[in-house]
Amino acid sequence: MATVLGQRLRRKEDPRLITGKGQYTDDVQLPGLVYASILRSPHAHARILRVDASLAREMDGVLAVYTGEDLEGKLGTIPTAWLPPDSDIRTVPHSALAVHRVRYVGDGVALVVASSRSIAEDALDVISVDYEVLPGTADQEIAMKPDAAQLHEDAPGNVAFHWQVGHAPDDVFAHAEVTVRQRIRQQRLIPNPMEPRSAVAQYNESTGDMTIWATSQNPHIHRFLLSGILGIPEHKVRIVAIDVGGGFGAKIACYPDEALVAFAARELGRPVKWTESRREHFLVTTHGRDHIEDIELAGNRDGTLVGIRVKVLANMGAYLSTAAPGVPTILFALILPGPYTIPYAAADVYGVFTNSTPTDAYRGAGRPEATYLLERMVDLFAREIGMDPVEVRRKNLIPRHQFPYHNAMGLEYDSGNYHLALDKALEMAGYEEFRREQSRLREEGKLVGIGCTTYVEICGLGPSQVAGAVGFQGGLWESSQVRVHPTGKVTVFTGSSPHGQGEETTFAQIVADRLHIPMADVEIVHGDTDRISMGWGTYGSRSTPVGGSALAVATERVVEKAKKIAAHMLEIGESDVEFDEGRFHAKGAPGRSVSFQDVTLQAYLAWNLPAGVEPALEGRAFYDPVNFTYSFGTHLALVEVDKDTGEVELKRYIAVDDCGRVLNPLIAEGQVHGGIVQGVGQALYEGAIYDEDGQLMTGTFMDYAMPKARFFPTFETAFTETPSPHNPLGVKGIGETGTIASTPTVVNAVMDALQPFGVRDIPMPLTPERVWGAMQKGGMEA
Amino acid sequence: MSDAVISASGRTPVRMEVNGVAETVYVEPRWLLSDVLRHQLGLTGTHVGCEQGVCGVCTVLLDGVLVRSCLLFAVQVDGHRVTTIEGVTPDEGLSPIQASFQRHHGLQCGFCTPAMVLTAEALLRTHPNPSEADIRDAFSGNICRCTGYQFIVDAIRGCSEEER
Ligand code: FES
Ligand code: FES
Repeated sequence: MATVLGQRLRRKEDPRLITGKGQYTDDVQLPGLVYASILRSPHAHARILRVDASLAREMDGVLAVYTGEDLEGKLGTIPTAWLPPDSDIRTVPHSALAVHRVRYVGDGVALVVASSRSIAEDALDVISVDYEVLPGTADQEIAMKPDAAQLHEDAPGNVAFHWQVGHAPDDVFAHAEVTVRQRIRQQRLIPNPMEPRSAVAQYNESTGDMTIWATSQNPHIHRFLLSGILGIPEHKVRIVAIDVGGGFGAKIACYPDEALVAFAARELGRPVKWTESRREHFLVTTHGRDHIEDIELAGNRDGTLVGIRVKVLANMGAYLSTAAPGVPTILFALILPGPYTIPYAAADVYGVFTNSTPTDAYRGAGRPEATYLLERMVDLFAREIGMDPVEVRRKNLIPRHQFPYHNAMGLEYDSGNYHLALDKALEMAGYEEFRREQSRLREEGKLVGIGCTTYVEICGLGPSQVAGAVGFQGGLWESSQVRVHPTGKVTVFTGSSPHGQGEETTFAQIVADRLHIPMADVEIVHGDTDRISMGWGTYGSRSTPVGGSALAVATERVVEKAKKIAAHMLEIGESDVEFDEGRFHAKGAPGRSVSFQDVTLQAYLAWNLPAGVEPALEGRAFYDPVNFTYSFGTHLALVEVDKDTGEVELKRYIAVDDCGRVLNPLIAEGQVHGGIVQGVGQALYEGAIYDEDGQLMTGTFMDYAMPKARFFPTFETAFTETPSPHNPLGVKGIGETGTIASTPTVVNAVMDALQPFGVRDIPMPLTPERVWGAMQKGGMEA
Repeated sequence: MSDAVISASGRTPVRMEVNGVAETVYVEPRWLLSDVLRHQLGLTGTHVGCEQGVCGVCTVLLDGVLVRSCLLFAVQVDGHRVTTIEGVTPDEGLSPIQASFQRHHGLQCGFCTPAMVLTAEALLRTHPNPSEADIRDAFSGNICRCTGYQFIVDAIRGCSEEER
């Protein structure tokens, strides 16, 4: 049987989704369901003097109103679950509803539960709250000033943590021939999966069981954390997330809202539903990025890079969200030297509290920030020494024979062939020809530019021992259970929790390949803590390398046991059995064989099993990877800037990615496309803006520019395949590469186009207004 | 428009043809068509992403024309014909456009997909052979956060007359 691995197979999950039969959280209907709505602070920083909910409580249809004080002692605080070591981190208390003080626009003040959503929302309007408005700011640099208003008593100077890593002493920079310095602002982004967050909770008083349907990327983490917050034992909590409409990191965190819904369901003895409005999504679902970075990159005139160091002010928002402290530290700084042989690297990171929505992981989480600054700096360096930016990259890329390679921060890159991906991308683009064409077009007065990024990313998070060492308050292994039924059909239970990535298909491919059975015979079950023993979920491009590997190991265990039974049936030694084409053969006597189905049936009948072999046929694995995996690649963009309007047109986009072995090219390409669009969104369109008072000015789709279909050309994508040496599938991650690489690629291209104006940097997003303004200021050099 | 009086319960009857079936639903005048489809009629294939008319995920056909069901009150469609994703799905299997979405991997999380399929239906009815630019323009009111749009474009080209 030809292997199904590596085939462009269409997805098994599609028919239900294309026909509108998916089961998203807001689709859940239960008898007696009531609705929750949350009153949110209109102020960025204020003391709550009084909350009067008496009118709301009297309204027809209102079942209950709770304020922060009502919850005290009944509901635990919202925890932070990533505590970078040696960082003096201040995990300030975060109550599900604010008590005495609100710290950002959107902070919850009261919870209403009513018989309909409209009544619940009406009731919000008649709750009167007296606020004493306090000074505050959404800007991390202002928040660190000595006279800034303090958000939390335990965090003087609004410093949530200070964390340093690496070694890049002054004399490296003093001795280098060239040092380029730049301040870069990584603007704040709003994840905006198309499905808003939602939760439905049902409590069974007689059994004490709490079921929560939730938009979650990691149901078991939610079970673990919500059990603590609610004070319900973990085995009495069930989290269900069947179909989730995109996450991009925003559905990792444990938010107050899910805890409130569950609390109300228990108090009232009625099932309760809450679905955020898009406005609420903008205000309260975690944001991403938001760094101010001061960077120095040192090198010599021959193009060699010798050192990089960066000081970062990372805006954490008003509270520390679940994984937030790990994002601008571990996930950012350790990859700072990127794909280059830079011997010295250091990062000095301040996490800062501000009166803004908490930040946390957003597609790429830390790695896009690191890649962006590095790739922008490499271009500035190339410009400084008058070398083609592609040549600078070629010169510094880690050569193939140096893998496994230890980067300056101590990470061990598992495998790579960086020059191959670079060459392939250049060839696809016709780079030489393009550069000639560019000079010709420039003479005609056209502003065209080409941008390049070579990147490496940490994915496949990750060995649990390392997770512990870097302060992640959880494991990062994955569970998998392969249950072969008596008829030979297979149900797989995975701790990965896909929400668009297609693992119902790729995981079925892994099993079908190893058991030589049709794809249709394999069902993948995910997203239900009662059906799956444990799982750490889907984020950090970990599902295929970690969850997939767990599945490969579990399936091998099935094959091993099946072989024992087959040997017994064939009356031969186990070592004489071969498994091929779905049958177990006697070696050298292919006529003597039993089918996989014969064996599974015998395993269950158990009439005549070999001594010491238990009935049934199941394989389980709890797979902990020995290392991260490191995907890499080269992206190139060709842009044209409109001289009169400053508008950037993306004319061509080339992506060559290497995620190790590609299990399903169709799905992998889809991941790359989506990532590119999100990364270009940051480069050209998206950005959260707060005003001086901490009001979010970009709080709707009318103000926050989401990438649309007509902004993009057809992408030209390809893969090189350099297997990871340390997992059974040879795979790496592909979910975030596009987002990581495309932002600097496009900005580098625009800066290249603007070279005649002597423009060095434009803060993202590169809107027509900003680009046009930079051209006016720069003035034509040529 | 509904000329029915509001009953004592505050609900007014709305008669509409939904996916070929005559329905009468009793609604509050302020209820959105999107909510009535989802929660009164159980047609949860219509999704809601912004309730502000911008994201397009609530798209349905009203008398064959694309509308955003979050921008209409249910009472406004009294006497009209509404088609949702459930209405364009054959009893068995997939419609040609749906099949093309699967073939070309035109969806990831699937949340925007029912609206994309309906938008494609409407486009292909008026432009049987759209160019890539036509398609990208036609979808400028539908946001997809997952796919990067390219495979959606391919899916629609893949079932245009020329390629069929
Ligand atoms: S929900 Fe109707 S356009 Fe977004
Ligand atoms: S497939 Fe997820 S939003 Fe389009």
